[in-house]
Amino acid sequence: MATITTSKTARGAATGPETPGWARWVDNHRKWLFAAPAMIFVAVLLVFPLAWTGYLSLTDAEGSVRAESEFVGFQNYLDVLSDTDRFWPAVGRTAAFTGVALLFEVVLGMAIALLLWRPFKGQKWVRVAILMPLVATPVAVGMMWRLIFDPNIGLANQALGWFGIGPQPWLAGQHTALPTTIFIDVWQWTPMVVLILLAGLTSLSEEPQEAARIDGASTWQRFRHVTLPLLMPTLTVAILLRGIDALKTFDILYATKGRGGGSFHEVETLNVYAYGLSFDYNEYGVSSTVLILFFLLIIGAMWALTARRKEAKR
Amino acid sequence: MKPRPAYTVFRVVALAIVLVSLLAPLVWMVAASLKTNVDIYDTSKALAFSPTLENYGKVLQQADYVQFIGNSLWVAFAATVASLILGVPAAYSMSRFNMKKSALVVLMARVIPGVSLLVPWYYVFSNLKMVGGFGVLIVSHMFVSLPLVVYIMMGYFDSLPEELEEAALVDGLTHVGAFRRITLPLSMPGIATAGILSFIFSWNNFMFALVLSDADTKTLPVAIFDFVGYASIDWGGLMAATTVVTLPIMVIALFVQKYVVSGLTAGATKG
Repeated sequence: MATITTSKTARGAATGPETPGWARWVDNHRKWLFAAPAMIFVAVLLVFPLAWTGYLSLTDAEGSVRAESEFVGFQNYLDVLSDTDRFWPAVGRTAAFTGVALLFEVVLGMAIALLLWRPFKGQKWVRVAILMPLVATPVAVGMMWRLIFDPNIGLANQALGWFGIGPQPWLAGQHTALPTTIFIDVWQWTPMVVLILLAGLTSLSEEPQEAARIDGASTWQRFRHVTLPLLMPTLTVAILLRGIDALKTFDILYATKGRGGGSFHEVETLNVYAYGLSFDYNEYGVSSTVLILFFLLIIGAMWALTARRKEAKR
Repeated sequence: MKPRPAYTVFRVVALAIVLVSLLAPLVWMVAASLKTNVDIYDTSKALAFSPTLENYGKVLQQADYVQFIGNSLWVAFAATVASLILGVPAAYSMSRFNMKKSALVVLMARVIPGVSLLVPWYYVFSNLKMVGGFGVLIVSHMFVSLPLVVYIMMGYFDSLPEELEEAALVDGLTHVGAFRRITLPLSMPGIATAGILSFIFSWNNFMFALVLSDADTKTLPVAIFDFVGYASIDWGGLMAATTVVTLPIMVIALFVQKYVVSGLTAGATKG
């Protein structure tokens, strides 16, 4: 049957005469026919809502979703950007949460990945164990730590007691709440960094390592000047993925401190703040403004990281 | 070259510390779910307690958890299947025709904070009286799973040699036929990876269901909060509820570890 093929079809699709016309049409337009459903889905439910969020940020929409709203120009932006009571502290907490969590996750993740790198007996089981925090439901993880960090009955204070250290307020303290939630984030997501870096390490070739060893490089020198530079692209991907998710952290903050990030807004990040404005106070206009600014912050952070990555490649 | 014995000892100790830190909290959670509230409040009974299934009885019988488990399963399953149906062909096109910009649009869904979509969705869907229904919930969860599917499958299709399809074309198959009969069957490991990850992330998702579900359609992560009162927390019930959410997903991950890991690290080593 392959005898009478190609000549008739302009685009080189090998369609025999038994192929109906519509099938040939489908074949020639497959590029967009395949991609279109997903693209349309995303466009309708993402691009349009995002544009609407942009529009809402210029209105005084509040209360019921059916209520009339008025165009107020950039008034919301002026209000939000001059709000030193909730907005700027939330920006600060978002930056602190993301920065500190990322730092710990990268350093610990790198250390654990290096520990796991060379094969050993039982390696498979250790890898499975590493996966567990990662797949656990974040709100459940938040609740679990809420019990462990309970000032009165929690395991954390009990454990401190064994070392003669007095009880800490953990999540209940005004200044200890944010560091405690960072700890929870590090517990859950360091394994993610480990897995990504481990995949990177395993794909490295052995030769540069060998060469450095023959040249008499110490373990630290080999890590610093051979492994780390080669691993840089993978590390950047890990930082990028984790960074985006850390900026958007919501589940564990809501699970441990509830609405508004606690009674003093101790853990109120931009995402928690925007959520509260939208769904606790129905301040859709202002919340849209916060969301647009938050979105710009995320894009900015990503842009800075990818720019760095390109530089590193050069 | 053999590692020095000192390093071996250091490594064993360090790995033991890592393992205990990662697993002990989870063990503690399960242990607390098997205690009565009296035992949870008695710190001297941290480990020496007589286990009871009372909390699970409470969760499964009184609190309608069977229904919430069903809701979670249905939403995660439907979102995963729909994402695969939309995402796999799209990823194929994006990989074969190098549609970088289109891919970027889909991946934007992973970057955007969920709240910024929820506000307009809530506006539209509450005017359509659809908030609280499964339809909206499934669509919202597809925002978690579709980018995952596209991302993982693009990487997978990139790694499949095009020569296989070209051979099928010579044999008289159409492009679509070659995709259906050659590429898809070869992509099963990739599809399994994408499906498993999309199911896990949809199962774990909290924020969309928090806003878009109602008392009948809520999923497990939202239902957990039933055990948190304003004044006090039913710790035993809460820990049983959290165990019911997390344990199944951890057991699944245990069995399909290879897929989970390859999905989570997809694209990370290409640089």
